Amino acid sequence: MSHRLLLWRRLKNQVFFTLLVFMSLIALFPLFNILWYVISRGLPELSIRFFTRLPGPVGMVGGMANAIVGTLIVVSLACLIAIPIGVGAGIYMAEYADDRFAAVCRFLADVLSGVPSIVAGLMVYATVVIWMHSYSAFAGALSLALLMLPTLMRTTEQMLLMVDTSLREGAFALGATRFQTTVQVVLPTAASGLITAVMLSIGRVMGETAPLLFTAFGNSFWQDGLNAPIAALPLQIFVYATSPYPQWQAQAWTGALTLLAIILVINIAARAFGRGKLR
Amino acid sequence: MGKTVVAEHLSAFFGEHQILHDVSLEMQANQVTAIIGPSGCGKSTFIRCMNRLHETVARATMTGRVLLDDENVYEANSVWVRRTIGMVFQKPNPFPAMSIFDNVAAGLRLNGIRKKSVLAEQVERSLHMSALWDEVKDRLSAPSASLSGGQQQRLCIARALAIEPAVLLMDEPASALDPISTLRIEELIEEIKCQYTIVIVTHNLQQAARVADTTAFFLSGEIIEYGRTTDMFTTPSDKRTEDYVTGRFG
Ligand SMILES: Nc1ncnc2c1ncn2[C@@H]1O[C@H](COP(=O)(O)OP(=O)(O)O)[C@@H](O)[C@H]1O
Ligand SMILES: [Mg+2]
Repeated sequence: MSHRLLLWRRLKNQVFFTLLVFMSLIALFPLFNILWYVISRGLPELSIRFFTRLPGPVGMVGGMANAIVGTLIVVSLACLIAIPIGVGAGIYMAEYADDRFAAVCRFLADVLSGVPSIVAGLMVYATVVIWMHSYSAFAGALSLALLMLPTLMRTTEQMLLMVDTSLREGAFALGATRFQTTVQVVLPTAASGLITAVMLSIGRVMGETAPLLFTAFGNSFWQDGLNAPIAALPLQIFVYATSPYPQWQAQAWTGALTLLAIILVINIAARAFGRGKLR
Repeated sequence: MGKTVVAEHLSAFFGEHQILHDVSLEMQANQVTAIIGPSGCGKSTFIRCMNRLHETVARATMTGRVLLDDENVYEANSVWVRRTIGMVFQKPNPFPAMSIFDNVAAGLRLNGIRKKSVLAEQVERSLHMSALWDEVKDRLSAPSASLSGGQQQRLCIARALAIEPAVLLMDEPASALDPISTLRIEELIEEIKCQYTIVIVTHNLQQAARVADTTAFFLSGEIIEYGRTTDMFTTPSDKRTEDYVTGRFG
């Protein structure tokens, strides 16, 4: 092989490599831009009172305490609804269903995951909100749960299918029933993966705004139980950001920063579980 | 004590694909029966029919009977069958989420035994039997994954022995192990065979010759020859057996 050919090859390699690095930088740019922007715009209004006070009238110092608590309540409620159903369905698909039924479940889950979040909200509005004659924390949670379900089903199924069949057979060979095998061998083996999947699905719905608009609705005060409208960070951010008042606009950024921080913490925790570090 | 296992006219299928063709074999109590034959001839499928593990695979079916001291395995409760017929797999499969102790205790717990003293006693006894006790007695709560491959396989043997089965099926238990671990397992078989019916699948002919009282030679899902191990290896009556044991094919 001639020397020049070798040089040419090395050059091609270099160009390709440089191109890839360049593409990665372009991909990362918006991400860091968003982070930097949210941090720099959100920091000025960051203070203790932001986390302890209710929103105040224009010109008065206020916070987003109710929205932060509201988001945590709505998301927790959504988890209470979605996790048992989603994980349960995933277990059923992986451990019990015959191939054809599991394929049907998988298809439906995929269709459901393609439903736009605003449609999920509209669904809950048209049924639960109209029926209960009220926006509510419960309705908001239901719309988020609808969005969590398909990912929970699919990721649970995948995590369980990753557990080696030889472990199930080992349990069967000891006289374990299918139920015992699932609960005592398969689930503990997949535990860290399952926790990661659950946390990632929580992180995904935490910032959802559209479905909450006409379900949880928002509230400038502390919520009055789960059957009443409730504040949520994304809603509060939406209202403040589109208001004409500079102070509210600044607080919207602080709200965004808080939301990002919560999601970041959840993601980091998910990753730590994924590596089995927090066993 | 061991129980005699008798397979009668066994045929096994994966979907349309027939793996075993009308196989009949008697595996005597308190003896070691070796099953030899080239890879893919249905040895694993055969012993998985004994403890009804075959039927847990999707689209797997079988016909024929398996008797355990005159009791029809396929009319009995499958949980009882698998408690009575223990199994050790080709690839060590300790439960990774459990400690060494919990792995051995798993079968007892699955069968409702909770009393700590009983569990501890049975775990120690089983680990002694599988010659693992001295190596793990100081770290029973360590994860099972911290053991070497050979130790993991002996852990699986202890796990199978802990529920005191009458029959022990071993599917190429030493195929993934180093020579020393293999030797340990062969010694173990020698020690415990007076109390168990042992069926060992192996493609190591020397191993069959060393441990087995009787040997069955499988080929393409059929039993070609069955008899005393010494006869099988010295004066086989079938040409194909002779070819196989003399290493001319397989
Ligand atoms: N789960 C399965 N699904 C379909 N075919 C299988 C399955 N397991 C084994 N087989 C087939 O059955 C035949 C016998 O396999 P096996 O009993 O494992 O052989 P051996 O243990 O003698 O090597 C092989 O042809 C194999 O391809
Ligand atoms: Mg095999």
